Amino acid sequence: MKIPYYPGCTLNTFAKSFDESARDAASAIGFEMAELKQWNCCGATFPLTPDNLIALSAPAKVLSNAGKEGDTLTTLCSVCYNVLKRTNKVLRDNREKRATINGFIEEEYDGSVNVLHFLEVLRDKVGFDKVKAAVKRPLAGIKTGAYYGCMLLRPFEDMGIDNAERPTVFENLLKALGAEPVEFPNRIECCGAHLAMNNEEVVTKLSGNVMTSAVGSGAELIVTSCPLCQYNLEKSQDKVVSSTPGYTGVPVIYFTQALGLALGQPIESLGFEKNVTDVMPLLKKKGIV
Amino acid sequence: MKIKLLKEEIESASIHHLQRISGEDLKKCYQCGNCSGGCPVSYEMEIAPSQVMRFLQLGKIEEVMKANSMWVCVGCLQCYSRCPKGCSVAAVLEGLRQTVLRKGEDFEKISKIPMQFLKNAPQQAIVCGFRKFVS
Repeated sequence: MKIPYYPGCTLNTFAKSFDESARDAASAIGFEMAELKQWNCCGATFPLTPDNLIALSAPAKVLSNAGKEGDTLTTLCSVCYNVLKRTNKVLRDNREKRATINGFIEEEYDGSVNVLHFLEVLRDKVGFDKVKAAVKRPLAGIKTGAYYGCMLLRPFEDMGIDNAERPTVFENLLKALGAEPVEFPNRIECCGAHLAMNNEEVVTKLSGNVMTSAVGSGAELIVTSCPLCQYNLEKSQDKVVSSTPGYTGVPVIYFTQALGLALGQPIESLGFEKNVTDVMPLLKKKGIV
Repeated sequence: MKIKLLKEEIESASIHHLQRISGEDLKKCYQCGNCSGGCPVSYEMEIAPSQVMRFLQLGKIEEVMKANSMWVCVGCLQCYSRCPKGCSVAAVLEGLRQTVLRKGEDFEKISKIPMQFLKNAPQQAIVCGFRKFVS
């Protein structure tokens, strides 16, 4: 199986370990993530004002390119997924907007590509049973908090990957990997997102709430599906440790790094050295490495 | 507190403009407060999400424009997700931001953004930040 894949700007640079661990994991399971021959940034935010068609032109171009390579497109970053999936819906369902956007980008795209998050590919195309069968290094005994954030789930009627309030897809993947998923109260709350640009206090508070909520529920590890969530959590770590009595920090990694680990990929190929918090002491303690 | 309600304010051109670009009908909100309860940043807002809706229903757009609420909103859509009437305060706040940005007025000056942030942050944070704060 070969699935057209859109990495997005951040996975091509800042979050290389997210990209590489996913591609290697896909090969280990038995399918190929085929990067689009041509792609551009999705715009990193879906315009919330419906008259803002110019902001849809970049993701529309990506979708149009994808349409030339197959009927499915997968992506890893939650924000890219949100922007591409919502734009695709506009292009599919709104004839007038479709005509305007196609006219602007000089394409004839009809919204027929099926945009899937990598989690959906694993769940619906591959099947978690098959993922489980491919596990060579089970993450046994690691209490893991799956941090969904916002963009993967909301708005529900556009995203539809899972229940927006009580999602399970991430936890089910973790179970397949042999880990012990921990549901924690802030798993669908915002990390502070783009306020990283100008409001560090809010980001530290929100990201801190996510991490302390996870640890308070017993998590020893947090997995993410968005480079911005990853950045905000990691960047807030030290400040939260120094301002929260009893909190000593928690490793935060991309879910594909956890997947690669469980699939038996070489440790040095997973990019753990690029993570701010060191996950190795936990893996050693649990006897995984 | 006493406020004076004026028909000209409630049905002002700016209110109509906001409803048009945000795609939201301000009158749908019945003030249950779910949005303010679910909003992760309402504690930081000078006017909370449900209050934003009430101010706008009463035509008090100037007060909302003066508050920091629209610049603090992270667009996480928790307000919309939990609204029993299907209103998106996030879209209304984006409409207010767009009203400012489309006039060419920047909220953040690019030259003032710390170089350390531009060098170390993921690209998506920079692109998204520019879209939200820069005209």
